[in-house]
Amino acid sequence: MKRWMVFLAILAMVASIITGCGSKQTSGNSASEAKTIKIGIDLELSGGVAAFGSSALDGAKLAVKEINAKGGVLGKQLELAIADNASKAEESTRAIQKLISDDKVVAVIGAATSGNTLAASTVAMEKKIPLITPSGTATKVTVDERTGKVKDYIFRTCFIDPFQGTVMGNFAAKDLKAKTAAIYIDSSSDYSKGLAKSFEEQFTKNGGQIVTKESYQQKDTDFKAVLTRIKDKNPDVIYVPGYYEEVGKIIKQGREMGITVPFLGGDGWDAPQMFEIAGNEALNNTFFSNHYSSEDTSPEVQKFVENFKKEYNKVPDGFAVLGYDSVQLIAEAIKNAGSAEPTKIKDALAQIKNFKTVSGTISYNETHDPIKSAVIIEYKDGKQSFKTKVNP
Amino acid sequence: MEYITQQLINGISVGSIYALIALGYTMVYGIIKLINFAHGDIFMVGAFVGLVSAKMFQVQGFDPIWVFIFSILLSMIVSAILGVIIERIAYKPLRNASRISILITAIGVSFLLENGGIFFIGPQAQGFPEIIPKKQYHLFGSIQLDSNQIMILGVTFLLMVLLQLIVHKTKIGKAMRAVSFDMEAAHLMGINVNTTISATFAIGSALAAAAGVIYGMTYNSFDPLMGIIPGLKAFVAAVLGGIGIIPGAFIGGLFLGIIETTVSSIGYSLWRDGVAFAILILILIFKPSGLFGKNVREKV
Amino acid sequence: MMRKNKNFIIGVLISLFIYLVIQVLISMGILSDFWISTIILISINIILGVSLNLINGFTGQFSIGHAGFMSIGAYLSAIMTLDFNLPFPLALLVGGIAATMAGFLIGVPSLRLKGDYLAIATLGFGEIIRIIWLNTEYVGGASGLSGIPALTNWTWVFIWMMITILVVNNFVNSTHGRACISIRENEIAAEAMGIHTTKYKVIAFMIGSFFAGIAGGLSAHMFYIINPNSFNFMKSFEILVIVVLGGLGSTSGSIIGAIVLTMIFTLLQDYPEIRMIIYSLLLILMMIFRPKGLMGTREFSFQLKKRGEQYGKHTSA
Repeated sequence: MKRWMVFLAILAMVASIITGCGSKQTSGNSASEAKTIKIGIDLELSGGVAAFGSSALDGAKLAVKEINAKGGVLGKQLELAIADNASKAEESTRAIQKLISDDKVVAVIGAATSGNTLAASTVAMEKKIPLITPSGTATKVTVDERTGKVKDYIFRTCFIDPFQGTVMGNFAAKDLKAKTAAIYIDSSSDYSKGLAKSFEEQFTKNGGQIVTKESYQQKDTDFKAVLTRIKDKNPDVIYVPGYYEEVGKIIKQGREMGITVPFLGGDGWDAPQMFEIAGNEALNNTFFSNHYSSEDTSPEVQKFVENFKKEYNKVPDGFAVLGYDSVQLIAEAIKNAGSAEPTKIKDALAQIKNFKTVSGTISYNETHDPIKSAVIIEYKDGKQSFKTKVNP
Repeated sequence: MEYITQQLINGISVGSIYALIALGYTMVYGIIKLINFAHGDIFMVGAFVGLVSAKMFQVQGFDPIWVFIFSILLSMIVSAILGVIIERIAYKPLRNASRISILITAIGVSFLLENGGIFFIGPQAQGFPEIIPKKQYHLFGSIQLDSNQIMILGVTFLLMVLLQLIVHKTKIGKAMRAVSFDMEAAHLMGINVNTTISATFAIGSALAAAAGVIYGMTYNSFDPLMGIIPGLKAFVAAVLGGIGIIPGAFIGGLFLGIIETTVSSIGYSLWRDGVAFAILILILIFKPSGLFGKNVREKV
Repeated sequence: MMRKNKNFIIGVLISLFIYLVIQVLISMGILSDFWISTIILISINIILGVSLNLINGFTGQFSIGHAGFMSIGAYLSAIMTLDFNLPFPLALLVGGIAATMAGFLIGVPSLRLKGDYLAIATLGFGEIIRIIWLNTEYVGGASGLSGIPALTNWTWVFIWMMITILVVNNFVNSTHGRACISIRENEIAAEAMGIHTTKYKVIAFMIGSFFAGIAGGLSAHMFYIINPNSFNFMKSFEILVIVVLGGLGSTSGSIIGAIVLTMIFTLLQDYPEIRMIIYSLLLILMMIFRPKGLMGTREFSFQLKKRGEQYGKHTSA
């Protein structure tokens, strides 16, 4: 019986340590008096999807560096407070708690996936700190799915799932004149499911027919079984809204098996590694919707790509672009608000109209989703080639 | 009928990769009864060494076949050394501790290799060079088979036979079996237990590395977390066949591959892993030590 | 007996004291939100560790599917509060009971297996449960359930942590618990002595699952969201690491293990690039230098007496 009393003693010890930690935090340093403006980062820097988070962080860091070089915002330098959420929802909650309560940030960027953003969004709403997710595309990130109310502190830099799916649904039926389509979904990702759903709706609305719906999971490597099944159904196009790592393998294996019809997808495809994984030849006759094209000749895009290459010695992927733009959005909001008060930043964010970013010109609608154009890109002979631009 | 045959070929080709990874797993287990959770990550390291050396040799302008042989040998050597170092540093001090403690250390090593990989290489997936171009063959009209699939099955079978010969016909193999049977008695008989265990780890890790290079070539990609899922699947395959039994790993791997492919091919790809685990559990319930495992009676 | 009672009273007083200290710190606003959530996370991990220790440490059954039972508690209790408006304590109980039933269903067939075969079977069950959640649209599929009300607070976590520790400790010291320990030490001998080994294994499994379910419910109502990926086999490993690092067969060890590991992970948050590297290095080093875990099979007591020796030498699990 007595043994269990001692862990109470240990608990007491821990409690005292924790109290020590808790009380030593800087007090009274309200945001407006501080010399720098602190922006929090709650991203997946370790764990399963560390690749997404660290790309977004690269982009965000570059943006901060550029803004600070130009003299910062409202005469103050921007500073990033970085917290890793280890690709887990509960750690995402804790990361944003730390950023808000210990680092006293005025706004938070994160997380890279919809699930982890949802976890963080509850805290952001409670503490009234604006949160911008660079790539959380699920509709329910900014709108409470149970009450249907817009979460007024939550914004996003990417477009929502339905838009991309709709764009590709139209493209498949109208431009490619496809009558039948197969859908191959990443079942471990809500993003993929969302795109697939709206693609299906739009494609069938255009008179097309979905012949089969299949799914895979992240980190799968062999897709031949399902591809054989899809080949058997003989669709005109195959829609694979997933991330490049798996999609690259799917396209490669599909082409090897003699599937020649076009593969279609979304922004998750955008990565230079696609060429290495799938191979230039296999990628011919594949199309995807994206926020921007690195082949885009607009000065914003070209300047960004050049600076990014100089800084990190690699071509930016989609996550890096969105991380970069998220910082730009916050900086713009602070500038417009003339203050770094979280509530004012929130109001200014909601007001943003025709703000030029690398990933397009952003205006927020009433559900805090950016209204911006999408581009459709074709992979052709080892290069991304710009196909069309679709306005919402 | 063609559809079924094609899916069977797909299943065997997935399964032979599982089998290839499972060989090293089951061998280490058979000798020192350690579930080496780091096996999948040594597989990853092997793939990385193969990736770097293949790029290096390709630049030198070697013939594809030599690029393949050089890079797979180099990666096997590097991984064998790594395996021995890991054993010496992390597992040896725990040799007399409970097996579950070594298991935790193995999990620690696994985390270390994965996150070390993320730190030094970066978390993004990257392409793996196609060392030997694939050739496609067509059988009976539309059934497809490629040179890689044949190569993997062949290599796996060959390695299985080789491993079986090493364990059962050579002196070091005899020492391994003795150590596995009774470590202390083996020591008393003048067998150098440390050398034997090091040799086990060297062979096991070299096998993992070979699997890593072949895997990289087949799926054209590499990332630091690539070892987790194949490692788990290989473990399942090894248990299916009866863990510690070398031919069991081969059959277990093929069996697992065919089950997975069958589930996917009839349209239940969402449930693939679930069904694979359910069948594993069912088999274990009716045959508690795997398909080929001997049911050893415990002495009282 | 007298001493036992005295110790019990001291224990209650000290635990109440700790509870009050932390509660006062929280209500005075001295502890930041982040540290409150850290304390609660530690407590949830204590519940998970102590309950898994009953299965792995005391009964000697190698289970690595604890995250599966945790997920059952998490999902069921979240559904109860979200869709059925059940009061929180009742919802938690529903989750716990559902996890217990799953523990029974899984335990009866699979506990015939031994050692590593049992390990892979429990791992398989954990993954099957996760895949079921993943494929159930009602609970949100891959993205999981969100918008779960934040009902977990320090008081609830503290109450459940105390219940877990008391129940496990009293069970271990009861006739049934001794039966479980005898199974760990030598199953054949235990059976020969007339102990119904399967029955006790299943009982231990069910108690462990119950508290895993409770921990799942508490964690769901703490972190607002649950998704299938939070409960994969990596999570089971994490709990296993807590138990083994603390010391198999030592309740106080599991508590220390939960505190140490959660604190390490939390304090390393500022160094995301090397967080997991340091974490894994520490894990390896701690195991090399304390292969039986920080506490071995001993329990912490106010007399600091080595109690564990009475169970005899601890053998492999």
